Parts: sequence; structure tokens; C-alpha cells
Amino acid sequence: MPESRTYPNRLGLKGWLVGGKWGFERFMFFVHRITGLGLLFYFLMHILVTTSRAFGMEAWENMMRQVSGPVFLIGEFLVFAAFAIHAANGLRLVLIELGILTGKAEEPVYPYKSSLNVQRPFLIVMMILAAIFIVLGGFDFFFAGH
Amino acid sequence: MRMKDTPLWTWHVIAGIVILVLLSMHMTVMHLNDVLSIAPGTATPEGGAPIDWANVVSRAQEIGFVVFYVVLLAAGLFHGLYGLRNIIHELNPSPGVMKTLTALILIVGLGLFVLGTWAAITARTVALAPTL
Repeated sequence: MPESRTYPNRLGLKGWLVGGKWGFERFMFFVHRITGLGLLFYFLMHILVTTSRAFGMEAWENMMRQVSGPVFLIGEFLVFAAFAIHAANGLRLVLIELGILTGKAEEPVYPYKSSLNVQRPFLIVMMILAAIFIVLGGFDFFFAGH
Repeated sequence: MRMKDTPLWTWHVIAGIVILVLLSMHMTVMHLNDVLSIAPGTATPEGGAPIDWANVVSRAQEIGFVVFYVVLLAAGLFHGLYGLRNIIHELNPSPGVMKTLTALILIVGLGLFVLGTWAAITARTVALAPTL
């Protein structure tokens, strides 16, 4: 009889926090959801705010005054950073799902060659790219562009 | 409401790739142009800040920007709201709650798509008006 490969996979919110070992990938699972929810909230607000441009200059400039200042600047930078992380990690997930760059998925058994020698370095590279993007954006937000 | 999740997941991935390309361009032009000197003047053809009214008008006059915004709007709403639905699904709601939330997400998504598309098209009409 083949060994069962069924795991409890519907843990709810508990699954976010304790469903699995807290390695780097586990941390990114959590971060991907948090950044995704944050970006969605900002995006829905952004649609409503930018709709004001359809009502002409006065409506637009009034709206821009309401969403200006240091708090909004920091908030926008956090959105920028969340996008960088979510995009880099999302691209990693898509490429792994399609088997591009990382090869075909393997059963995670010792010595975890695929996950430790291929997928983890790939994650580190993607996070370095996100970090570079965030640093450049931070410089533009706080020193060069605003 | 029965969702066909495999095709929707495929669209979620495709929308994610579209967002990756378009939003990266948007972020680069709006927030990295000073640092990288990429596409100078694309976001600020009238000088000043990208959010100055003169630049908003200038972008709205370009049909390419209007198409860009509508495609990004559609991809962003689908990817974000389907992602939200997946997150809610992970929390094990009852089928009734899931069905109600799915309908609500669909209504919000379609409503915001209509609003955002209307705003992009109307802003172009405003920008092209001879009184400006």
C-alpha cells in the first residue's frame, strides 16, 4: 500500500502562523499575503482618489492637498516597497510553478537538493533585486524626487 | 455561484505578469526617473511634479496612457480581488459565507472597473476640451 501523502491543508488563519516550519520560504508566504492585502487596500483607495481628475483641476488639486504631507509620503514609500517585495516574490512563485529556471518540482525529501540548492538561492536573488529597487525608490522618494 | 478555479488561477497568474510589467513601468516613471534618469519628462512633460494638474492633463491627452491605465486597472482589480478571495478561502468560511463574499467581491470589482474606466475616459475628454 503506498504511503499516504495527505496533509491537513485547511488550517485557516492558524495555517498562516504555525502551519509548517518557519524557514525563509515560510516567512515569504506570510509576507506575500500581508503585502498583497496592503497593496489591494491602497489600490482601491487609489482608484477612488484618482477619479477626481475627471471633475477638473479644482477637484484634483483639492484631492491632492488632502493626500499630501509626510504621513502620506511615508505611506506611499511603504506601498512602493510592498510592490517591490510582492512582485519579486510573485515572479519567483510563477517561475517555480512553471518550472522555469528551477526545473521540475521534486518531492521535498532529504537532502532537499531542489529546495535548498536551487529554490532558496533563487529566493535570495529575488529579494536582493527587491531590496535594490526599494533603496533606489527610497532615495527618489525622500531625497531626489519630492 | 460556482467558480471554475483552474482557469481563474491561470488568469490570476497572467494578470500578475501584466501588472509586473505595467506597474514596474509606472513605478519607474513616477518614482525612479530622478534617480535613474529613465525616460526624463515622460511623467512630467510640463515640468514640476508628476501629479501637477498640467502633467495630469498632458498624460490624459495621450491615448496610450488611457489604454495603459484601463488595462492596469482591469489586471489589478482581477489579480487583487481574486487573491483576496483566495485568502478568505484559506480561512475556511462556510459555503454560504464564501458565496456571499464572492458575489460582493464581484460587484465591487465590476463597480470599480466601471468607475476607473469612466474616470480615465472623462479625464481625456476634459484634457482635450478647448477651454484648457
